[in-house]
Amino acid sequence: MIEVKNVNKSFSGKQILNDVSIAFNKGETNLIIGASGSGKSVLTKCIIGLHEVDSGSVSYDAREFTTMNFKERKNIRKEIGMLFQGSALFDSLTVEANVRFPLEMYTKKSAEEILERVNFCLKRVNLENVNHLYPAELSGGMQKRVGIARAIALNPSYLFCDEPNSGLDPQTGIVIDNLIQEITHEYNITTIVITHDMNSVMEIGDNISYIYKGKKWWEGNKQEILKTDNKELNEFVYSSRIMQKFRNI
Amino acid sequence: MFYNYLMLSIFHHIGKYFLLLGKVFKTPDNYKLIRKQIIHEMMSLGIGSLGLIAIISLFMGAVVTLQTASNLNNPLLPAYLIGYATRESFILEMAPTVMSLILAGKIGSNIASEIGAMRITEQIDALEIMGVNSASYLIFPKIIAALVFIPIIVIYSMFLGAFGGFIVSLYSSGMTIESYITGLRYDFKAFSIVYAMIKTVFFAFVITSIPSYHGYYTQGGALEIGKSSTKSVVYTSIVILIINYVLTQLLLL
Ligand SMILES: Nc1ncnc2c1ncn2[C@@H]1O[C@H](COP(=O)(O)OP(=O)(O)O)[C@@H](O)[C@H]1O
Ligand SMILES: [Mg+2]
Repeated sequence: MIEVKNVNKSFSGKQILNDVSIAFNKGETNLIIGASGSGKSVLTKCIIGLHEVDSGSVSYDAREFTTMNFKERKNIRKEIGMLFQGSALFDSLTVEANVRFPLEMYTKKSAEEILERVNFCLKRVNLENVNHLYPAELSGGMQKRVGIARAIALNPSYLFCDEPNSGLDPQTGIVIDNLIQEITHEYNITTIVITHDMNSVMEIGDNISYIYKGKKWWEGNKQEILKTDNKELNEFVYSSRIMQKFRNI
Repeated sequence: MFYNYLMLSIFHHIGKYFLLLGKVFKTPDNYKLIRKQIIHEMMSLGIGSLGLIAIISLFMGAVVTLQTASNLNNPLLPAYLIGYATRESFILEMAPTVMSLILAGKIGSNIASEIGAMRITEQIDALEIMGVNSASYLIFPKIIAALVFIPIIVIYSMFLGAFGGFIVSLYSSGMTIESYITGLRYDFKAFSIVYAMIKTVFFAFVITSIPSYHGYYTQGGALEIGKSSTKSVVYTSIVILIINYVLTQLLLL
């Protein structure tokens, strides 16, 4: 479980996060949703320590993160897997070498054991016979899968996904969403997914936090989100005509 | 006003550059991976430049020899001066400085765009999240590879330049092979080579570290990668020329 308590963050005097408190549960896909520019990415970067919070606390299973030094943070980071918006695969390395990278960096396993783990992870995301291809030779959906395989290589306790289905067609997007949810449940990971896509929300929203102008505006699950009377959230959820029709049934 | 702004900006960049170097030279996380990277960088930076440097050195050696021959067309001056002048200009300037400027264009733009692209596509963030010191992992192997390989390239260029002149002496009516060879060997000072190597080591450091800096702090999109790459070549060249002047003043006088 990751707990964010009373986090504030501003950039050059402009308050971006305003007293945000959220608990992200273990074994669930925890969604952070909100309009572009609402502060989702800044919040995530505060949680993983790419930005320092101005005040407030972030703890990983009761281990306080904000006051840790670089070395202590590194130990936490070994337990974090991250899927980036553009996949962020190392393009000078093959698929296999990409997934091998964290394993070589952090484990003392033999080459055979590492290869076995790489193949296991690639198989888990339904990729086979692509070991020796380069990222540029893969489709967007395949790149995301390799990104997931790399993120789960070290058996993470925490998984962060920044807009996992951006740039994908709706069908592939749902496949990736479901894959993330399956892996989360299967390995009991604390997963945080940033998204502004209502498809994802309805598909995998175990626990949803709505961020509005840097504040946590609403919290609930995918059943509750459709019935909410929160005005701003309603505008977000029912922004498309198809969702509006859906509400009227 | 503009002057103040300019100085502030220059010091800002110099400070940030040295902070980055501090991060680059922290003890690496994983020696095995770094060693692998160094070998990889030597292959791509070093071997990849041999062909270009060979062509340029041969032709420049030939042209320097021809020009010296045409300028020394005076019966009172000994013919071996032609070989002598070719050798001196190659050891002192052509091989270390001119080749470094060319490598600044070839290797420098390559490094800046490679690291810049990694920044834009969040690959550097990915390294940091994995707990890797991205500056050290990406930049340290390039600097080490250059410090080893560029001096070798410069020596290789010296030989090829002399060889370019030799080919000219074979086919040119104004001089003989014997006089050219005598000139090459005339009054040889080992310190010239030491001087050239000291310069080269500084240049090698600059050729890799300045473009790395520009790449590492790229912001924006594909357009900015191109800008970083161009800027890095300009600044690297300027710094090479300044260092060349300072070191020559210090070492030769
Ligand atoms: N490094 C930064 N420096 C200054 N402002 C930033 C920085 N990162 C984000 N912001 C600002 O914070 C706000 C929230 O951004 P972000 O978290 O990226 O939004 P999103 O919810 O779309 O991910 C935006 O107004 C953005 O301009
Ligand atoms: Mg964002």
